[in-house]
Amino acid sequence: MFDKLDQIFVTALHWLVSFLPEGLRPFVSALVCIAFVMSVFPGVFALTTVLERKILGRIQNRYGPNRVGIPFTKIRLCGFGQFIPDGIKSLTKEDIVPRAADKVVHFLAPVVMLMPVLLAYAVLPFGRNMTITDYDAGLLFFFAVGGAVEVSVFMAGWSSRNKYSLLGAMRAIAQMVSYEIPLILSAVTVVMIVGSLNLSEIVQHQNNYTFGIAHWHVFTPWGLVGFVLFFIASLAESNRTPFDLPEAESEIIAGYFTEYSGFKFALFFLGEYLGMFAIIGLGITLFLGGWTSPVSFLTWIPSYVWFLSKLMAIVFVFIWIRGTLPRLRMDQLMNFAWKFMLPLALINILVAGIWHYMAADWPRWLVCSAIIFGAYAILGRGLMQNQNFGKRIYRYAE
Amino acid sequence: MLGEQIIKGMAVTAKNFFGSYVSKDRLTTVQYPEEHLAQKENTRQFPFLVYDGEDWEKGLRCVACQICEKECPPKCIYIVKSKDKKPDYKGQLQVYPATFDIDISVCMSCQICVEVCPFESIKMDTKFELSTDDRFGGLLLTKDKLAKPNSYYQEMHPHDAAESDAVIAAEKAKAEAKAKAAAEAKIKADAEAKAKAAAAAATAPLAAPAPTTPPPPK
Repeated sequence: MFDKLDQIFVTALHWLVSFLPEGLRPFVSALVCIAFVMSVFPGVFALTTVLERKILGRIQNRYGPNRVGIPFTKIRLCGFGQFIPDGIKSLTKEDIVPRAADKVVHFLAPVVMLMPVLLAYAVLPFGRNMTITDYDAGLLFFFAVGGAVEVSVFMAGWSSRNKYSLLGAMRAIAQMVSYEIPLILSAVTVVMIVGSLNLSEIVQHQNNYTFGIAHWHVFTPWGLVGFVLFFIASLAESNRTPFDLPEAESEIIAGYFTEYSGFKFALFFLGEYLGMFAIIGLGITLFLGGWTSPVSFLTWIPSYVWFLSKLMAIVFVFIWIRGTLPRLRMDQLMNFAWKFMLPLALINILVAGIWHYMAADWPRWLVCSAIIFGAYAILGRGLMQNQNFGKRIYRYAE
Repeated sequence: MLGEQIIKGMAVTAKNFFGSYVSKDRLTTVQYPEEHLAQKENTRQFPFLVYDGEDWEKGLRCVACQICEKECPPKCIYIVKSKDKKPDYKGQLQVYPATFDIDISVCMSCQICVEVCPFESIKMDTKFELSTDDRFGGLLLTKDKLAKPNSYYQEMHPHDAAESDAVIAAEKAKAEAKAKAAAEAKIKADAEAKAKAAAAAATAPLAAPAPTTPPPPK
């Protein structure tokens, strides 16, 4: 029975497609999958915008939005209807294009932003047998389309003819290029261990249990470091605090989408959040066991429920970090990427190699943990050197 | 070690996050339309006119002296004097305002009208939820909307109201004392005149034969 529930979407799709002639089936199947992604993830996005405001409010000891519920009724749903007026608002706002803007590029930028982000969902396994394209080079595909987001960011920043936009775009490019390296290097460890770029296979590799606990990659030394590095890099890739320099509202208004309003702004916003979900989804797939359950006695819960709950848990941590940490400075951002994350990611690759070749026994745990801990301590000390963490002294003011 | 302080910071925010669900004291904001924060003693929004007694038309303290109208910096007060007079709280006949309008869309809540009023009749209100869908008529407060009883003022600003009441009472007492003194003097004068008249009447027939009668004692 639980098996049927687990496969309900897959069987529904097969049933739906079986009514059609043979030639049409792949197209319709693809369309249904696209519709699925286009309805579920923007839905999660809508929920997350409210959730984010509520959680940030609670972190600051406020209520957060708690008024809007179902329209035309008194039901408030703790404010979870807030996204409806927000969406209507952004749809009805005037679409302003600066006179000096490069109009075509200005128009195309949000579209170019959203497209690679949506493409990335094609290879993510949302559940058992629920990968839209079971592509052998899935991980490579994901990073390839993920890299295209930077183009749209620069299109937006350049075409707006605005200093703030351009500054934001330049910051975004510098940041994304820097953080893409640790992001990919931390993912490489998984590929080394699993021996496949296929994301479904990577999940399948983690779907084993010893003493009732799953073989998630995050439960190994290299996996833990890989996950942490991936997590930090994905924060930077999705332009979230403390890496939100590209859209630092207190410095450069909204960065590269300063000159966007109305629906185009909403598209950017949507693209950013969908990109965040996609990269979190990849992190879950690589390190947190994808759609598998952490303990064997909970395997009856449908796989897509696991995937979504893991996604929401990580989103919560993202919001929690946003409520905690201040924004980094540009030099701190670069120092952190090149002097800490990159060396640690390279050492982690070495550790993954050692892990692969040593016998599956306790010495390999010891050796790998020791290397990682030592590297972390040394690199951390190097990063904190010559840093004055005390009270700030102003040389000329005062 | 790198990252220690981040963990500490995360713990603080987590404590706030969960704490705000557990204890209501943590929440610094109030749910405004349903809940209100207590206002400060000296809160002021827009002026109103004080009246004594039950009937606002009869008890209005304002005597249309127009000092506030002249002093008002943004000129938001408009007063028309009445043609007739009516007695004020001292019983004195006074002019009263036939029209007294305050345009609160212009008013800047400076309280100068209150400072200059010699009759303790214009005071500051604390009502602030004055939004209206009629931006001309709705924000032009006429005499009937401005008039509020003294008890309302006492409740709103107990300290200031007590002072103002004391001033009024002193004025009234002074006026009464004056009236009393005047009345007494009048009674005395009357009595004197009467006595004089009586004496004159008594002495008149006898005046001719015997003018030696001593004058009445004073």
